[in-house]
Amino acid sequence: MVALCCCSVAHALTSEQAGKIAAGDSDERIAALNQAVVSADPVLVPFIQALLDDAVKTAGGKAFIVRDGKAVDAASGAPAALPADAQDVVNNNRMRRELDAAVAALGLVSPDRGARAKAIAALKDQADEGKLPLIDKAVAAETDAELKVQLELLRAAVLISSADPEKRKLAAKALSGSKSPATRSLLLERLGAEADPSVKAAIQGALDSVQGQLAWGERLGVLFTGASLGSILLLVALGLAITYGLMGVINMAHGELMMIGAYATYVVQNLFKTYLPGAFDAYIVAAIPLSFAASALVGAVLERGVIRFLYGRPLETLLATWGISLVLQQGVRTIFGAQNVGVENPAWMSGGVQVLPNLVLPYNRIAIIVFAALVLAGMALLIGRTRLGLFVRGVTQNRRMAACVGVNTARVDTMAFSLGAGIAGLAGCALSQVGNVGPDLGQGYIVDSFMVVVLGGVGQLAGTVYAALGLGVLNKLLEGWAGAVLAKIMVLVFIVVFIQKRPQGLFAVKGRSAEA
Amino acid sequence: MSSLTLAPHAKRGLLLGPRGWAVVAAALALITLVVPGLNLLLPAGHPLHLSDFYVGLTGKILCYAICALAMDLIWGYTGILSLGHGLFFALGGYGMGMYLMRQIGRDGNYKSDLPDFMVFLNWKSLPWTWSVSDSFIAQVLLVLLVPGLLALVFGWFAFRSRIKGVYFSIITQAMTFAAMLLFFRNETGFGGNNGFTDFKRILGHPLATENMRVLLFVITGCTLLGFYLMSRAIVNSKYGRVLQAIRDAETRVMFTGYNPLAYKLSIWVLSAMMCAVAGALYVPQVGIINPGEMSPAASIEIAIWAAVGGRATLIGPIIGAFFVNGAKSWFTMAFPEFWLYFLGALFIAVTLYLPDGIVGLFRRRKEGRS
Repeated sequence: MVALCCCSVAHALTSEQAGKIAAGDSDERIAALNQAVVSADPVLVPFIQALLDDAVKTAGGKAFIVRDGKAVDAASGAPAALPADAQDVVNNNRMRRELDAAVAALGLVSPDRGARAKAIAALKDQADEGKLPLIDKAVAAETDAELKVQLELLRAAVLISSADPEKRKLAAKALSGSKSPATRSLLLERLGAEADPSVKAAIQGALDSVQGQLAWGERLGVLFTGASLGSILLLVALGLAITYGLMGVINMAHGELMMIGAYATYVVQNLFKTYLPGAFDAYIVAAIPLSFAASALVGAVLERGVIRFLYGRPLETLLATWGISLVLQQGVRTIFGAQNVGVENPAWMSGGVQVLPNLVLPYNRIAIIVFAALVLAGMALLIGRTRLGLFVRGVTQNRRMAACVGVNTARVDTMAFSLGAGIAGLAGCALSQVGNVGPDLGQGYIVDSFMVVVLGGVGQLAGTVYAALGLGVLNKLLEGWAGAVLAKIMVLVFIVVFIQKRPQGLFAVKGRSAEA
Repeated sequence: MSSLTLAPHAKRGLLLGPRGWAVVAAALALITLVVPGLNLLLPAGHPLHLSDFYVGLTGKILCYAICALAMDLIWGYTGILSLGHGLFFALGGYGMGMYLMRQIGRDGNYKSDLPDFMVFLNWKSLPWTWSVSDSFIAQVLLVLLVPGLLALVFGWFAFRSRIKGVYFSIITQAMTFAAMLLFFRNETGFGGNNGFTDFKRILGHPLATENMRVLLFVITGCTLLGFYLMSRAIVNSKYGRVLQAIRDAETRVMFTGYNPLAYKLSIWVLSAMMCAVAGALYVPQVGIINPGEMSPAASIEIAIWAAVGGRATLIGPIIGAFFVNGAKSWFTMAFPEFWLYFLGALFIAVTLYLPDGIVGLFRRRKEGRS
């Protein structure tokens, strides 16, 4: 209250004060600065700025701002003659920090709402008790409800390191309403430093309450990153679900088909950058169909040229497609170089939506989840509702019967394989938005994608979906608990054990074969 | 149930015919006399002098040939394609590498009793996994036991639930991939990314001498020859016949009253241990072991050696290992850009046009002539 009273009597910066801020012992200068800040005189801002820019000279207890060879009196702003014995002001790091904080504190009483919000954010890390009177003043003057809450939190954050235990207790109580991770670390830090048991209990209570509120954000965060990883796995595995799941081709070059899709995106991006820089943000619209087409074309060539001859010999197919993957990788190295290439996100994909104080959902991740859902829906329609889908299912179930009723099975094989390859291309296009694009892009996913298909049950699209999302969330949950590498190992071990128990995967086709 | 003893082939009595034994004797002479002689006795400028580089390279390829032979037993003769044999090879290598690391003694960069990487990680004592690492005998036993035990446990679970074909291949790939991730971690205690290197001596003798190089070469060559004869005995025995029957029609073998589990499991473990021996011989010759040996690609390469040379023949995989690795060292010197193109094309061509590999090619020509 005392502080508030003296603030209400706003007094302008006197030249004596300005002189004290500019010259003397650091402690005295800081005290003078804090005292001056409380008054929030508009002249103070250019003065402090000048101090930070080393454009202040002192002479005879007065401060002068010297810019472009012209001197003005720091307090009145009037032009003045610079005395001959004027000396430069030297600011050490501590002084500079204080000056920075003072600039931020002055922003608290700015008429512009944006400037005030910025000042609050800046002060979160550098406020001390010296700024308290000004913060109090700002709390009293603040009209915006949201900013007022933030200001009160800021005051509590300052107060919790106060010398008075009662003030600390009050501050802890005020902080318990906060939802920000910064408050948690502040409380944790103070908890360690606190000596007074009653205050300690209050801080502990506040910490529990803050943690309770943060926990939800964290849980949702894990769920979201899990869903995001799951949707990537789904995109990666969907193509394989057709080529391996439906057609039974062990396609070790699947990852390289994804790589081709990613490089197609890169090429489209470069074309847009060169010829249509105005429409750069829309390049992804052109890249999606082109990455599909590029991979589908390569897939069709592979099927016609190599894989067609190996149907029914899965182990040989595995080796041949591995060879294909080596050739494709080296081909990309020859054309684009061995280094990773840069694919930029369109502007609308950067940033994210803040759902909770500690939970930001990046737009590019959201876009991939939506994209995976769309691809899945499209594929389900294609397989379930179109003539081609009908043929594919027919050929898978009984090749000879399908041939008997006039289905051109060889053509259906080619179409189905290039469809699977095209979907791999789409996955590559999506991956280019969240990760590195390089010749090794596909290698990292090949084991994962086979795991997803095998876990879901070969020949089962629904199984693939559940397996991808389940593995994604499981992986992220374990990651929070055991670290990324151990989580990955645990997931692999889990899959190996799971396959022992259920060799047919999650969703098995029921049959009577002794081989099943 | 038949027993698992190795019954010698009924008709022949001996393992090989007289010509076969002559070839084996010639190979033995080549390994133990000709190569060491050409390397050690002839002066460096002599046209017939075999340089250290080639002795080292051939020694390395001999290790690969052991792997290919092991792969052939499990894939060529039993029809189980393992994409995880690189793991057993690497485990054997790590077993030997641990001993060699301890042999460095205080000659490392940090002049400590502990291996350098442990000093670097600020560890004060050896982890439990290293408890017998100062004994050569114990580490050699570990080289056999650890991969053998891993293969036993893994195989028992896999074969018991009748996982086969591609499923088995993929879970073996997952196994070696998981192990690679594990060994990449510094906390696992095996040197992380860099693995083991900078070895100084073995059994108290310095490693980087001509004599040691030739000695290791001779040991490796004799091991390969021994494994070849052993494999020969196995595939000609009744046990070997059952293995081939399992490869051709496992269901029928079961219906005739055999339980394939014991057969598959035993040959799987044996094959894994052969790979581990190859790894243990490989490390002192090459001087480095790191988790890269466990990458899925390394394991697939072992399969391609066997496939290129000719599956289900014993000499084929050895020829394949020499052909592919010889081509590799030539290409990576002459046209490094084109090596992967060649290897990829080789994979495709062999599967499409040479189902029986190089050996099959010669056999076909022979049959065509007669």
